[in-house]
Amino acid sequence: MITREPVYTDEPGSMLVSLWRQIILGLGAIGRAGSLTVQALAGIPAMLLSRRGCREMMRQLFIAGIKSLPVVTVVGMFTGMILGLQVGLELRRFNQEIYIGSAVMVSLLREMGPFMSGLILAACVGSSMAAQIGTMTVNDEIAALEIMSISPVRFLMTPRMAAMVMMTPILSFYTCVLGVIGGGIVGQTQLNVPWDQYITMAIDFARMRDLYVGLFKALVFGIVITGVSCYEGFTTRMGAVGVGKATRRSVITSFLLILIFGYIITRLFYDL
Amino acid sequence: MIRFEKVTKQLGGKNVLEDLSFDIEQGEIFVIVGPSGTGKSVTLKHMVRLLTPTSGAVWVGDTEVSALDGAALSKVRGRFGYLFQGGALLGWMTVAENIALPLRENTKMTEDEIAAQVEEALGLVGMAQDGDKLPSEISGGMQKRAGLARAIVRRPEIVLYDEPTSGLDPVTARTIDRLIRRLNKELGITSVVVSHDLQGALLIADRIAMLTGGRFVEVSTPKEFVASEQPDVRRFLDAQFISKKGIEGM
Repeated sequence: MITREPVYTDEPGSMLVSLWRQIILGLGAIGRAGSLTVQALAGIPAMLLSRRGCREMMRQLFIAGIKSLPVVTVVGMFTGMILGLQVGLELRRFNQEIYIGSAVMVSLLREMGPFMSGLILAACVGSSMAAQIGTMTVNDEIAALEIMSISPVRFLMTPRMAAMVMMTPILSFYTCVLGVIGGGIVGQTQLNVPWDQYITMAIDFARMRDLYVGLFKALVFGIVITGVSCYEGFTTRMGAVGVGKATRRSVITSFLLILIFGYIITRLFYDL
Repeated sequence: MIRFEKVTKQLGGKNVLEDLSFDIEQGEIFVIVGPSGTGKSVTLKHMVRLLTPTSGAVWVGDTEVSALDGAALSKVRGRFGYLFQGGALLGWMTVAENIALPLRENTKMTEDEIAAQVEEALGLVGMAQDGDKLPSEISGGMQKRAGLARAIVRRPEIVLYDEPTSGLDPVTARTIDRLIRRLNKELGITSVVVSHDLQGALLIADRIAMLTGGRFVEVSTPKEFVASEQPDVRRFLDAQFISKKGIEGM
């Protein structure tokens, strides 16, 4: 049952009680969001077998992928350019600027590609998911689905989850490619690093493992963004104000979780 | 058909419903009236377990719906149609797609069969020509009628109407009232209507219940209701210019 009653509690007697209550409510929210995420992921195979599910997933792929493309393009390109410039300026002090290709490639594959695409998707797609589902919640559309015996998770969340699971790694890879191109442009125009030398160094230092770990990170970010945004949407209360709050919370929580999961995955895959 | 047994519901530390007990018979139109914020919609939501009683039980037939969850709850909800105040249509689907949704998702009907059912439901609510419009392209009254078409397309045993005529002009309001009556007579649907609109309630109800302070202060036929001496009922009738003889001119 997605439609839940608001929880009313007495005024807390002290700050300690208030803090304890917040912890309990926070754990409850994590549990529910996690449960919704697992349900949505488990529903993907069945969704792929249904025509309506595939159609809805294609619509979500378009929203998550094609509509985000202009922003991802600009951000990817400039991330690479900034990385190239910052690293290049430092390396030039040691006459080692030919290595900017490797530095840009490695940092994009391992961290900046999935991180930047995750942030963009959380801001563009996650916020829109939270706002749309939140509006549906306050307009009784989610309750209407439940009364029609249609699971809102299966109907709304699963296609979004499938689209994000597919699209975040693709967009992350796309960000990396554009970032490397951006770094190359800076290298050639401002640091006098020839293009072929830049690319050779970039490819020589890139490891398949970096690519896989980066794509895995992006996949996890996609799951986290969808889980958080849909959960916030489903638990929206109090009309338009509530929709605004849910949207804001979904973006902030997604950003924080992207950072936290980014660190955890890096720590798991790379030995100190 | 529907039975409330000593249902109490607390929201925000306040008893919205208090020891509420009543029965709704099969095939009847039961209208719940009362001032705003007295728990009319809360009562309705208990019938499909969108809300759960703080104490007491809600029965639909032989099933205690207030204790159900998961697939069993979904099965009981399949017996209901629910018209929400704003229609609750999905904004990105056309009216016809909205109406077809419960059939597409819950039955194995072919597209032709679904189209025929949708056409029939649209015809019943007088919207045969409006199936391909989006909810944003139609008026509030039409959205309610479309919501009603979606509520009845699965031929439910019971339809719950939450303020079906609020915010509508009198002509559209009476059209909806006649529609509720017609559906009840033609399809034998048990109807529970929550409304402020007493004139409409007197027109369609088999029984009217007045909810005040979390309890029914009057449950009677429209005739008895108009003649009631209960002070809350009298105040409510007077406010809508209804005397013991019927509706007065202003």
